[in-house]
Amino acid sequence: MQPSLKLSSVADLFGTQSQSSRRPTSSWLNPARGALLFAAKRLLGLAAVLLVISFGTFSLLTIAPGDPAQLLLGTRQQSPAVIHAVRHEYHLDRPFLVQYGIWLQHAVHFDFGRSIRTQDPVWSDISSRLGLSLFLGIYATLITVLVGVPLGVVAAVRQRKLVDRGVVALSVVGVSTPAFASGVAFLYLFAVRFGWFPVFGAGNGVVGRLYHLALPAVALSLTVMALVLKLTRAAVIGALEQDYIVFARARGLSERAVLSAYALRNAAIPIVTAAGAVLGALIAGAVLVEVAFTLPGTGSLLVESVEAKDVPMVQGLTATIAVVIVAVNLLTDLAYLALDPRMRFGVGAA
Amino acid sequence: MSTDGAAIIVAPTRVGRRSRRRVPIPIVLALLFLAVVVFLAFFGSAVAPINPKTQNLNASQLNPSSHFWLGTDLLGRDIFSRVLVGSRTAMLGPIIVALGAMLIGNTFGLIAGYRGGAADTVVMRAVDLMYALPPLLIAIVVGGIVGGGYWAAVAILVVLFSPYDARLIRGATLEQRDRPYVEAARTLGLPTRRIMVRHVWPNLLPLVVANTFLNFAFALVTLAGLSFIGIGVPPGTPDWGQMLADSRTLIFTNPWAALGPGGALVLTAVSMNLVGDWIYELLSDRGRLR
Repeated sequence: MQPSLKLSSVADLFGTQSQSSRRPTSSWLNPARGALLFAAKRLLGLAAVLLVISFGTFSLLTIAPGDPAQLLLGTRQQSPAVIHAVRHEYHLDRPFLVQYGIWLQHAVHFDFGRSIRTQDPVWSDISSRLGLSLFLGIYATLITVLVGVPLGVVAAVRQRKLVDRGVVALSVVGVSTPAFASGVAFLYLFAVRFGWFPVFGAGNGVVGRLYHLALPAVALSLTVMALVLKLTRAAVIGALEQDYIVFARARGLSERAVLSAYALRNAAIPIVTAAGAVLGALIAGAVLVEVAFTLPGTGSLLVESVEAKDVPMVQGLTATIAVVIVAVNLLTDLAYLALDPRMRFGVGAA
Repeated sequence: MSTDGAAIIVAPTRVGRRSRRRVPIPIVLALLFLAVVVFLAFFGSAVAPINPKTQNLNASQLNPSSHFWLGTDLLGRDIFSRVLVGSRTAMLGPIIVALGAMLIGNTFGLIAGYRGGAADTVVMRAVDLMYALPPLLIAIVVGGIVGGGYWAAVAILVVLFSPYDARLIRGATLEQRDRPYVEAARTLGLPTRRIMVRHVWPNLLPLVVANTFLNFAFALVTLAGLSFIGIGVPPGTPDWGQMLADSRTLIFTNPWAALGPGGALVLTAVSMNLVGDWIYELLSDRGRLR
């Protein structure tokens, strides 16, 4: 089961409880077993999610308007013999579920067929453009975490003060500003008007990349930062209201010690568990940013392929993105396990 | 929803003090702005100084002037008029998405939270799925491959937004379910449906109303994102997202062609978010006083 802290914590943060029954499992005495059980459960759940997504992804070919064989042929010549050959090549003459099985078998080996548009194998096109997107994503994540988390903590500690109001305002603006809008504004302001940054291109070498991708990364991180800010602020405020904070203060611990050893340690759990949702926002934003800045990454590849109705490519990309998100979700769960001892003992496992 | 869900996180703050205060100035401004946008959504084409579809290739990419307030785009169309008329797609779709998701989400969420069982499983699993692919991405892929234009995109978003709402409502319902007033109603022998709709649901109203506003803002941003990459509104429609996409290349000649629709989009979304947060605080405070 999804740890209900995920973003049902939306409800939690509204002051409502979404946790249903908490029953300690039989393994509560043995930390290792509790952790294993939890990990196994999550693994199964995520595998099921991937399976459903793969099914949906495969079905794209069927729900796309028109004959799948003609779709796969694209604009190429379409004599009945060719169509027949394509039908056979893609197993379109077999029952739907068999088709799916064959597709899945190839998909787990990164074989998504050939792109309709470029005629290259789908995976080679994806992998050649993945590097840029990963770079952009990690770049934006670093900016978000390095700026967003400290700001959120400061806002929580200085609640209702000027800093806090500024941070809250920033997060409202951030959540309301799609990355493509801020992206175009940044392009105009910092690239055209002031000329500080290049207008296009992805740059060469790490330094060139960092320089060329600075504007896209900041535009992307703004949207995500709004989320991180809100989450961090809410989590730290929530932690600061706990009894153990009062007790720690009563014991005469310095405010710094109270904050770092008690508040932040406990606030880290909801922040880390939200990483999955943050990643979703990041990937969705990256697609728009890549289009806005004309960067040759996987996001713009997705948009180009969708426009060209290049179904194999879209299938490959969707599956790749889903795997990445699921993998990060799994890592998040493991981090959750490391951060929250209760999870290791199986007490908090919903 | 992912950004979605997160868009509606309201941090716990000290409450109780704000209830009797007058409406804060930013909220007044936001409400005024929204009123203008709603007005334009209805009467935009009547108010617009120049026909938003009239092309004038001799007046291409002009800078702002007394005639063209925000200048013109590549085809010489008046940006200002197009921004005004763009309010229509900016309002209509998001309202339908927010209300549709509210209706479906509340129904499923209430049943899932109050009754549990199969509805509960469906809701939770649906949200699990959503976590693995962000709504915008699903909308791009499905909307792009299947086609169907603006209304198809709106319908897809209704479907994608609902599970998050359902989960939110489910959580809130769970919390209400064991309250004494529910037990009292049950003891009185009221039918389950009546308890859910007439007793539990009104107590969730602050959450529901605030969430609808925040959903609206998120739907606005998402739909604009879709039309930015060419999914949804047909080419040539005055739509903020599409105008931004069209005028990306004009930032060298007439930056207002991009900044105008972008600004309108951001201001509308900010206003919606502000009003949503404010309504939540207002209603939850009132509930406390009762």
